[in-house]
Amino acid sequence: MREQESDPLKNLFRTMRTYALESVLGPLFKLLEAMFELFVPLVVAAIVDRGIAQGDRAFVASRFFLLIGLGLIGIVCSITAQYFAAKASVGCAAKLRRTLYDRIQRLSFSDLDRIGVPTLITRLTGDLNTVQNGLNLALRLLLRSPFVVFGAMIMAFTIDARASLIFLGVILVLGAVVFGVMLASVPAYKKVQGELDSLTGSTRENLAGARVIRAFRMEEGERGKFSSHNDALYRRQLFAGRISALTNPMTFVILNAGIILLLWTSGLRVNEGVLTVGQTVALYNYMTQILVELVKFANLIVSISKAVSCMKRIDEVLTTEPAMSFPESDPAEDPDAPAVEFRNVTLAYTGGEPALAGVSFTVGRGETVGIIGGTGAGKTSLVALIPRFYDATEGTVLVNGADVKSYPAKTLRGKIGYVLQRASLFRGTIRSNLLWGADAGDEELAEAIRSAQAADVVSAKEDGVDSAVEQNGRNFSGGQRQRLTIARALVRRPEILILDDSASALDFATDAALRKELASLPYRPATLIVSQRTASIRHADRIIVLDDGRVAGMGKHDELLETCPVYREIYESQYRKEETA
Amino acid sequence: MKNAKNKTSRRETWKRLLAYIRKSLPLLALTIVFAGATVGLSLYIPILCGRAIDCMTGTGTVDFDGIARCLVKIGICASLCGILQWVMNSLNNRVAYRVIRDVRRDAFDTLTHLPLSYIDSHPHGGTVSRVIADVDQFADGLLLGFTQFFTGIATIVCTLVFMLMIHPLITLAVVVLTPLSLFVAAFIARRTYSMFRLQSETRAELTAQINEVIGGQPVVRAFSRESDCLAEFDGINDKLEKASLRAVFFSSITNPSTRFINNVVYAAVCLTGALAVIGGSMTVGGLTSFLAYANQYTKPFNEISGVITELQNALACAERIFSLIDEDRETPDKPGAVSLAGAEGEVRAEHVDFSYVPDRELIRDLNLVVKPGQRVAIVGPTGCGKTTIINLLMRFYDVDAGSILVDGRDLRDIRRDSLHGAYGMVLQDTWMLRGTVRENIAMGREASDEEIEAAARAAHAHSFIRRLPEGYDTVISDDGGALSAGQRQLLCIARVMLAIPPMLILDEATSSIDTRTEMKIQNAFAAMMRGRTSFIVAHRLSTIREADIILVMKAGKIIEKGTHDDLLRAGGFYADLWGSQFEAVG
Repeated sequence: MREQESDPLKNLFRTMRTYALESVLGPLFKLLEAMFELFVPLVVAAIVDRGIAQGDRAFVASRFFLLIGLGLIGIVCSITAQYFAAKASVGCAAKLRRTLYDRIQRLSFSDLDRIGVPTLITRLTGDLNTVQNGLNLALRLLLRSPFVVFGAMIMAFTIDARASLIFLGVILVLGAVVFGVMLASVPAYKKVQGELDSLTGSTRENLAGARVIRAFRMEEGERGKFSSHNDALYRRQLFAGRISALTNPMTFVILNAGIILLLWTSGLRVNEGVLTVGQTVALYNYMTQILVELVKFANLIVSISKAVSCMKRIDEVLTTEPAMSFPESDPAEDPDAPAVEFRNVTLAYTGGEPALAGVSFTVGRGETVGIIGGTGAGKTSLVALIPRFYDATEGTVLVNGADVKSYPAKTLRGKIGYVLQRASLFRGTIRSNLLWGADAGDEELAEAIRSAQAADVVSAKEDGVDSAVEQNGRNFSGGQRQRLTIARALVRRPEILILDDSASALDFATDAALRKELASLPYRPATLIVSQRTASIRHADRIIVLDDGRVAGMGKHDELLETCPVYREIYESQYRKEETA
Repeated sequence: MKNAKNKTSRRETWKRLLAYIRKSLPLLALTIVFAGATVGLSLYIPILCGRAIDCMTGTGTVDFDGIARCLVKIGICASLCGILQWVMNSLNNRVAYRVIRDVRRDAFDTLTHLPLSYIDSHPHGGTVSRVIADVDQFADGLLLGFTQFFTGIATIVCTLVFMLMIHPLITLAVVVLTPLSLFVAAFIARRTYSMFRLQSETRAELTAQINEVIGGQPVVRAFSRESDCLAEFDGINDKLEKASLRAVFFSSITNPSTRFINNVVYAAVCLTGALAVIGGSMTVGGLTSFLAYANQYTKPFNEISGVITELQNALACAERIFSLIDEDRETPDKPGAVSLAGAEGEVRAEHVDFSYVPDRELIRDLNLVVKPGQRVAIVGPTGCGKTTIINLLMRFYDVDAGSILVDGRDLRDIRRDSLHGAYGMVLQDTWMLRGTVRENIAMGREASDEEIEAAARAAHAHSFIRRLPEGYDTVISDDGGALSAGQRQLLCIARVMLAIPPMLILDEATSSIDTRTEMKIQNAFAAMMRGRTSFIVAHRLSTIREADIILVMKAGKIIEKGTHDDLLRAGGFYADLWGSQFEAVG
């Protein structure tokens, strides 16, 4: 566990290897620039001690050009450094983003569920941008500031060893104070963040729950709650601000204390004849340089630590190994086996009660099986096992007589037309969405659209099948999306058709027409229909009744009415009285 | 034209901002005084240092008394400056945080008064980010603005004065050369603007793709589109890499360039200063002070230009927040609006026209008479606009024409809160408050533990609540997955059970509850509906048949209205719907 602490940056460094040259050259040129900067006080000292002391105007002029020259080298070095740093950080971020995206697409659904999709999206977008900025800053400045600080100290040492002791003292005290204040302000800012989260929560709540809040007349109370959190935030911000406002004044005072010490000892040394006035000026200049760099460094540490914590979050995903692997080659299928077979299947999501327990059944080619049960009975879990979105904890799921684990993902999922509960379309056109199912011509598309009862959806749009679909299909209603996703599944003429509660947004008439169409598909897929409505499945060849993850009954509608109390209750709750009327 | 409008709105924003700051004006004035004092003190120190250095004339001739005098002064200046700086920063914080607090309070106040039409038509994330992120950013800008603007100006003025005191001619050289760095910075900023725009556009494109694909993973995998999606991502990612590299690199040229110009200024001061010392018009100590000034003279210029972009950004944020605060609120209750105490429950609609979008007519000339205690079923496919009726009954939206009356009073003449109180509502959207189960049932009402438990029992929620880790004190939230959809729905029902109001609105109230529990709740519902006017968005045929009035809706419109038998006889959409339920398949 402990070793993982250092891990987050390992992935970053691995990615940086591609940009090894840039990652080394960037800081290197930055150091060069800093080095030339460190020479400046020495040049000034020479101007004072030689140019001024001897009244040598030519010498002063030559040193002037030397200073300009140092400046020129500085700008060339630093622009070069900026370029390499930008290239390395932007490149690394792009590469990291791709690796992460690819990894997410390989993670098992259990992992996706555990980490959460919104979190993953934040990591790919916001977190990665922060990492890019942090990396860029780090490449440019992380080495530079300490280099200047200690460089200035060493330069001071070469001028006067005793004076450099003052430098050492000032650096230590400054470092302690700057980081001490930062450490002290961390918990204070955490509390600020906590209150801010409460405010965010309140705001979100009052938008999402506007109807309920108003129906129950809670606006006044909500305003009071917000106000008290708002006041608390104000107080915490003031407190945190008071602490962090200490940094600048304290560094200023400490530095000046250092200068006082320095000037006094310099006075003594000059009096002894060990030090020249010019050297005193140089020492004084180094001291001010240190202040500037330390303040920069403190800010840098804040940005970098933010980037590191973002990288940590990214790394959590990168180090999650996909729990599933797929073989490369197709398994041998048994032409006589049923299209789908469950053998004593149990599925437990991590740490939970089993969602499915001891489920066994078969679906033959051309057969239709209905799956019904209450909320949380395990209907969706059951069908999700067929395309191997999850692996059965116990037992086997077979497709065409071969274990689903023996199929390459593409082969297995290519056989299945899966219509999910949540009907999602992707940006593009109706056509581009339907072609996800399979490459198909106009004829085949029209056929699938007609079967899915989506003809009026398509014809209502100006450009027919080439009409634009906006992101997430938001320019279509729920029912329209549902029918288009059914069409998408039908385009591939699947061997196995799975409809997971996919007719919920359709009215009874459309639902009935759809069922009729599906029953007469010429390629006779094995069909699994998940539904809460008995009307949708009562004509299936077989109905599986799920109750709390267990099979409570299996058979035809009429048989189940006789033998399965759970089914009878479901049925009666929906049809009470009407049957007899 | 647009520019002029922009300008006036800018001015408006400033005016509004000043109104918020007005309360803190004394503090602000104090801050400005302190800023001047700290800058003056801190800039005086280099002069003192220079004088101390001038006391070191050479071996054996150092004037220690003079040095000591200078050093004592430095000590006093530095300590005083430190203290003033801290007080100034704290005052600044106080001003800024106070403004934030007041702006947030007003924004939230507006939020709780926004008409539902605004909330429904604006993405919640955007509104949240206005109240939270925009206010923060605007405060940051304001804070930065206060501190850096005043200290910046003060630094420039003081430095100029001190430099002039030491040597006017060299000062001239500094003053002439420094603007160069500003020009360079402005030049680069102008050139890189389009690069940054391209970067943020590409970034938005990438985010959209990520949202769609990562959010739609089940579909992506079901159709084995992982590599296609990755390829599409790669295309945008590469584009972003190129755009970012340009933006990041070219903008990062600013610092080295301005630094170079500063170095040139520094060198120029060295040259002219040294010559002046040789010429006898300045001391070595004076040169040292001068160099220190030359070093920091340009800094405030850069800071101020940074502050100006920061302020512009802050102003843009402020504008967004103010536009939220100024958003039209729900029409307030009329002055003479009455309270609905103990409503009978007679509801009438007279010639009601309504539409969400002006040119897409939804409801036209709807007439409806519901006698007290009658049951109205609203039937139709999901998404057909059944919630529209609820929106109108609860006056979440106002009718465009005609009127809706309760007990013979127009809704617009009734106090809104009393209208809301007269209805009990269970919506399809089982929204939960962040809080305990108890709070979620009580919903702001004063209720004893026994009453809450009785309501939970009536809603068949008691047994599962008891099994929760903290029972009735378990904290739940809207997105927390601790409760299943069905359990949340039971809690929503318990809310209404707690104090059954004279009228009920039940929107597919049991869609997520398994049918067996539902049957049990039905009995409770039946008892609750007895003698109460109820509007039920219904899927269950028994409910529909027993209703006194059935409203059949399709595509947002009420297309048929009547009793079950009337509608069957009419042979319209309802009859079709009814028939399909029993039609044999295959």
